[in-house]
Amino acid sequence: MTQKVFERPRALSENTFSYCAGCLHGVVHRLIAEVIDELDLMERTVGICPVGCSVFMYDYMECDMIEASHGRAPAVATGVKRILPGSFVFAYQGDGDLAAIGTAETIHSAARGENISVVFINNGTYGMTGGQMAPTTLVGAKTTTCPEGRDPAIAGYPIKVCELLSSLDGPSYIARVAPVSAGGLAKTKAAIKKAFQKQLDGKGFSLVEVLSNCPTQWNMSPIDSLKWIEETATKHYPLGEFVDR
Amino acid sequence: MHQEIIMAGSGGQGVMVMGQLLAHAAVIEDKNVVWFPSYGPESRGGSADCTVIVSTDQIGSPMTENPDTLIAMNQIPLNKFVASVKREGVIVINSSLAEVPKDRSDCRIISVPANDIAVELGNLKIANMVMLGAFVELLRPVKLESVFLALRNVLPPHRHNLLPLNEQALKRGAELAG
Amino acid sequence: MATKTLMKGNEAIVKGAIAAGCRGFFGYPITPQNEIPEYMSSLMPKAGGVFVQAESEVASINMVYGAACTGTRVMTTSSSPGISLMQEGISYIAGAELPAVIVNVQRGGPGLGNIAVGQADYFQAVKGGGHGDYKLLTLAPWSVSECYHLTALAFDLADKYRNPVMVLADAILGQMIETIEVPDKIETYIPPKPWATTGRKNRDKNIINSLWIVPQVLEELNLKLQAKYALMIEHEVRYDEYKVEDADLVLVAYGTTSRLCKTVVDMARKEGLNVGLFRPISLFPFPSIPLEGLAERGKKLLVVEMSHGQMVEDVRLSVNGKTSVGFYGRSGGMVPTPSEILNQVRDTLNGGSSCSCCCRTRSEEVSR
Repeated sequence: MTQKVFERPRALSENTFSYCAGCLHGVVHRLIAEVIDELDLMERTVGICPVGCSVFMYDYMECDMIEASHGRAPAVATGVKRILPGSFVFAYQGDGDLAAIGTAETIHSAARGENISVVFINNGTYGMTGGQMAPTTLVGAKTTTCPEGRDPAIAGYPIKVCELLSSLDGPSYIARVAPVSAGGLAKTKAAIKKAFQKQLDGKGFSLVEVLSNCPTQWNMSPIDSLKWIEETATKHYPLGEFVDR
Repeated sequence: MHQEIIMAGSGGQGVMVMGQLLAHAAVIEDKNVVWFPSYGPESRGGSADCTVIVSTDQIGSPMTENPDTLIAMNQIPLNKFVASVKREGVIVINSSLAEVPKDRSDCRIISVPANDIAVELGNLKIANMVMLGAFVELLRPVKLESVFLALRNVLPPHRHNLLPLNEQALKRGAELAG
Repeated sequence: MATKTLMKGNEAIVKGAIAAGCRGFFGYPITPQNEIPEYMSSLMPKAGGVFVQAESEVASINMVYGAACTGTRVMTTSSSPGISLMQEGISYIAGAELPAVIVNVQRGGPGLGNIAVGQADYFQAVKGGGHGDYKLLTLAPWSVSECYHLTALAFDLADKYRNPVMVLADAILGQMIETIEVPDKIETYIPPKPWATTGRKNRDKNIINSLWIVPQVLEELNLKLQAKYALMIEHEVRYDEYKVEDADLVLVAYGTTSRLCKTVVDMARKEGLNVGLFRPISLFPFPSIPLEGLAERGKKLLVVEMSHGQMVEDVRLSVNGKTSVGFYGRSGGMVPTPSEILNQVRDTLNGGSSCSCCCRTRSEEVSR
C-alpha cells in the first residue's frame, strides 16, 4: 500500500517558478499556499502581488490575484478588503516595494489596523532590477549602487520594518522569521498561519517579515546565502514576534 | 426678471448666509439661481463676498462683472466694489459702518443703519437680515414671504427659536426701504 | 418625479455618484473639492458603501484600483495637483481595464498653483496624463445639475467600456450653489462582471493585471484598447449648441467657461452680432465632426479657455484648416470676463486678430 505524504498544495498552480536557483520566493509561495489550504481559504482569497521579482506570483497561485503598482499593494488590498469584508486578502511585497516606494501605504494600512495580511520578503536588495541598494541593505553591504558598501554618511541606515511598525496601535501581529533551516521553515509557516488567522478573527493588520536571500545578486551559492542570513542578517534583524494581540 | 447681486462684507458679518437665504427663497418661487462665494484666506475676519444671480431664464455666467445691486456690509468692500455696480444700479450700504459714496450719483443709494438696528433688536449678528430685508423690499427679486419661508427651511429645527428675531430684522429692513 | 432644490457642485457630484450606485469612495483632502470627501464620509456609509480617507492621492487611486477589482462601482475625487499624483494609478486602471470614476475639480496651476479656478488640466485628462497609449473617457459639466447627472453617467460608461472615466469639473462648479432638479431615481445599468476578483468560488481563478511581458501580447492589448476607444468615438460624443444656426462666429468652450460664453452670446446678440456657442460635453471623445460641420458652413470659431490654449488644439485638428480658429484664454485663477470675451468677438468679426494675448504667435505657427 502506498500513501501520499507530500503533494502540491491546491492553492499553488502547476506553473514552473521562474525564480533563480536557490531563491526562497518559491518556498514562501508554497508556505502561503499550504496555509491557504489548511485554513480552507482559497475560494475567498484575493492575493495582491508586488512589483519586483515576485511580480508574476499571480501565475503561481490558484486563487484570485491582482497585480498592484510598485509599493501600493496595501492600498489595493485595502480597496478589496473594505468592499469585500468577507474575503481573505493578502499582499506579498519585497523590501523595495514595502519599505521604500510603498512606505506610506505600509505605515498607514498598519496604523488603520486594516484587516489584511502582508508577507514581506526582505533580502536587502533589488533583485529584479539588478542588485541595487534596498532600504534594508545592511551597512557595509555591497550593491550595484553602493559598490564600496553601504556608507551611512551617504545612504543612511537600513529600516527595521517590524520594529518600526510595532510602535503603532493598529497591527495585531508582527513577526520576523528566517526560513533557512527545517526549524526556520516551520516557524515561518506558523507565523504566516498566525498572521492569516488574525485577519480571519477580524483583529486587523498582520505582517510577517521573511528574511530572504538573493544568491544571484549577493553572488553567493544558495547554501552560503542561507548561512549568511542565519549568521549575519539575523544579528541586525532579530527574529521573533514583535506584536501579538 | 434677471438680477445680479454682489453681497460683500467681512468674515463673520453673515454675508454668505444672506446670499444663500436669498437663493433658497428664489427656489421656493421656482426661479433659477446661482450663488457663488469668494473668500479671503482667513477663516474669520477676512474679506467675504458672494454673488447671487436670480433669474427667470437659464443663467449663463455664474459671476457678475457689473452687478445690478451691491450690498455692502462695511466700508472696505464698499470701496472694493462700488465702481463695478452697473450704471443706474442700486447700492445698499450698512450706514452704521460705511459712508455714502460720493461718485455714484447715477445709482440709487439706500443707507441702512443695520448694526444700530440689530443692536436695538438685541443681536448684532442679525445686521445681515436687516440689510437683506431692505434689499428684497426695494428690488423684489423674491417676495419677503419667500425669505421667511426659506428661513424655516434653512434653519435647523433646534434653531427655530431664532425665527421671530430674524423675521423682525427682515421686516425692519423692509420698512426702511419701503 | 424630481425635486427642485439648491445644491453645491461638489455636493451634486456626491449625490449623483451615490444615485448611480457608487459604493466605494477613497480620497484625500485638497481644496477646492473638500466638500466631496466630507459629504461622502457621512452619506456613503448610509448608502451601505465604504468611505476611506487615504494617506495620499497615490493611495486613494490604488484603493480605487483594488476596490474596482471587486466589480463594485467606486470613485475618487481630487483637484489638479492630486490628480497629477494619481496618474500612474489611472494608467494601471486603464491597462487592467477596470471601471472607475475620477473627478477633477480643477484649480490654478502649474505646481501648487492656487485654489482658484482653472482649466489647464485638459491635456492631462484627454491626452493620457499617465504613461502608455490609453484614453480616459472625459466628461465636462457646466452646471451643478450636470455635476450630478454626468457623474452618474460616468459610472455607466465606465462599466460599459471597462475604462476609467474622468469628470473634469472646476473650482467654480465645485463651489457654486445652483438650482437643480434631483430625480427620485436615475436609470442606471450595472452589467455582470465575471472578471472581478471576489474569490474564485464556483469558477476558475481571475487575475487582474496590466503586465504583459511579451511584446506581441501587449500590442494585442493596445489594439483592443484602441478598438474600445474607436467605439467611444462612435457612440459617446456629447455636445451642446446655443444659437449656432445663424451664427457667423461660434464660441467654443467647456465647463464654467461655456457658462461665461453663453452670457457673451446674449450680450453680442443685443448688439446685433450673430454669435453662437458650441459646448463639448465629452472632451474625449471630442466632438470633432459637428465642429467640422460648423467650419464647413463657413462659421468662424473662437475658443475660450481658462488656460493658455489646450482644447483649442483639438478644435484646430477637428476643422483642419477649414475655418479660422481664434483663441482667448486667461489662467492662474483669472476668469475671462464676458466683456473681455465680447471684445475678442468684436475683433474677430471685424477681421482683426482673434487674440490679443498668446495666440497671435500661435496662429502664425499654425499657418506656417
